Amino acid sequence: MLEILQDYWKALLWSDGNHITGLAMTLWILILSVSLGGLFALVLAIGRNSKHFFIKWPIWLFTYIFRGTPLYVQLLIIYTGIYTLSFVNQHQSLNDFFQSGLNCTILAFALNTCAYTTEVFAGAIRNVPNGEIEAATALGFNRCQLYRYIILPRAFRIALPAYSNEVIFMLHSTALAFTVTVQDVMKIARDIYAETYQPFHAFGIAAVIYLFISFVLIFGFRQLEKHYLLYMNVSNSKIC
Amino acid sequence: MQGYRSLILQGALITIELAIFSLILAIIIGVICALGKLSKRSALRLACQAYTSLIRGVPDLVLMMLIFFGLQFLLNNITDFFDIDMLEIDPFVAGIITLGFIYGAYFTETFRGAFQAVPKTLIDAATALGMNKCHTFIYVRFPLMMRFALPGIANNWLVILKATALVSLLGLFDLVKATKTAGEATYQPLFFALIAGAFYLFFTSISNIILWWLEKHYSIGITKAKL
Repeated sequence: MLEILQDYWKALLWSDGNHITGLAMTLWILILSVSLGGLFALVLAIGRNSKHFFIKWPIWLFTYIFRGTPLYVQLLIIYTGIYTLSFVNQHQSLNDFFQSGLNCTILAFALNTCAYTTEVFAGAIRNVPNGEIEAATALGFNRCQLYRYIILPRAFRIALPAYSNEVIFMLHSTALAFTVTVQDVMKIARDIYAETYQPFHAFGIAAVIYLFISFVLIFGFRQLEKHYLLYMNVSNSKIC
Repeated sequence: MQGYRSLILQGALITIELAIFSLILAIIIGVICALGKLSKRSALRLACQAYTSLIRGVPDLVLMMLIFFGLQFLLNNITDFFDIDMLEIDPFVAGIITLGFIYGAYFTETFRGAFQAVPKTLIDAATALGMNKCHTFIYVRFPLMMRFALPGIANNWLVILKATALVSLLGLFDLVKATKTAGEATYQPLFFALIAGAFYLFFTSISNIILWWLEKHYSIGITKAKL
């Protein structure tokens, strides 16, 4: 056990000497895909609640497809599928983009988390109390101001608990990245297993690392919830 | 496409079987651990608490590899110790055990919440009518709990269904593995990967319809608040 750790601790945490690997890679994938997906989800969530059929319907279809298929299949479609298309072959930049496992992983993960987050945000926007919107309209807020100052801040607070779940699920999904040659924690764990044939040591180490990140994320989100949902705690404690 | 149709259909069948069997196992584990978490014995409570927190904090893929390769490793050690021939674990059975074990933790949380949602007065009423603990559980607590647990079960079922895609990484010949093989053999990976996606979309759509119907059926006695 100690020998394994001595040999691999560097690769498990940040680098194998040439490339970024292990924990650093996992976190990089997580941060990039969650922030990209979250940004698009914000726009799509507003569109999802639009009155126009042709804005609402395509967004629903997008989320339905991406939530109805496994992430692994989406990753396979993007990584093994797209570079065989002829128009991707003809463009050098597109070709280079889809040849890289890391790019494909981040694209697939961002699209996937975008679909789930869109539904979370859209549900939160729908649950913003009507009275607050009426009050804002009565005070003469225009549409832009209404979203900026009333709806989005309130929806963010409503969505926070569900969104924290989604981020932790996304962390767990990043373990899939090793299937497309990305050197994340899981890939190093599999290397250790291939080298030593000790499944409990190899995957146990990976499990401990993921557990640690999960706990840090849970702790962070709990602090955020404490800060942003303070007003709800006060009212809740009075009722209880 | 023609030559691979039976292969892909076989893979789809394995995927469905795997999902259903692991759902059953996960529900059984979930109910037992939920009762354990609500029991008065603190050791039992602690053990179930550790099980759910640890499993839910680790990616399912890592656990799958840990359990799958770990079981084989343990079995090899045991057969070595008793000097008998090596036993190979059937990947299908191992897949069911690992998926059931992992999602049992998620079901535990669902059932625990549902058991707690059953009004205590109903259990008191059952006791007052002379039912013993066993009868109360079978006729009162369990059926009422199911009504509260149904949305959670529906959610978990969809997650299990999608998680079965991962078992192809353990070497099981499921839908994903079948389409991947076909895609590599015919140099049309995109087409066959899309077929895999279409199959999953079909399964989830069917499940959504059935779950919608089930929810309507089980909420007959409840009127929703109209705003």
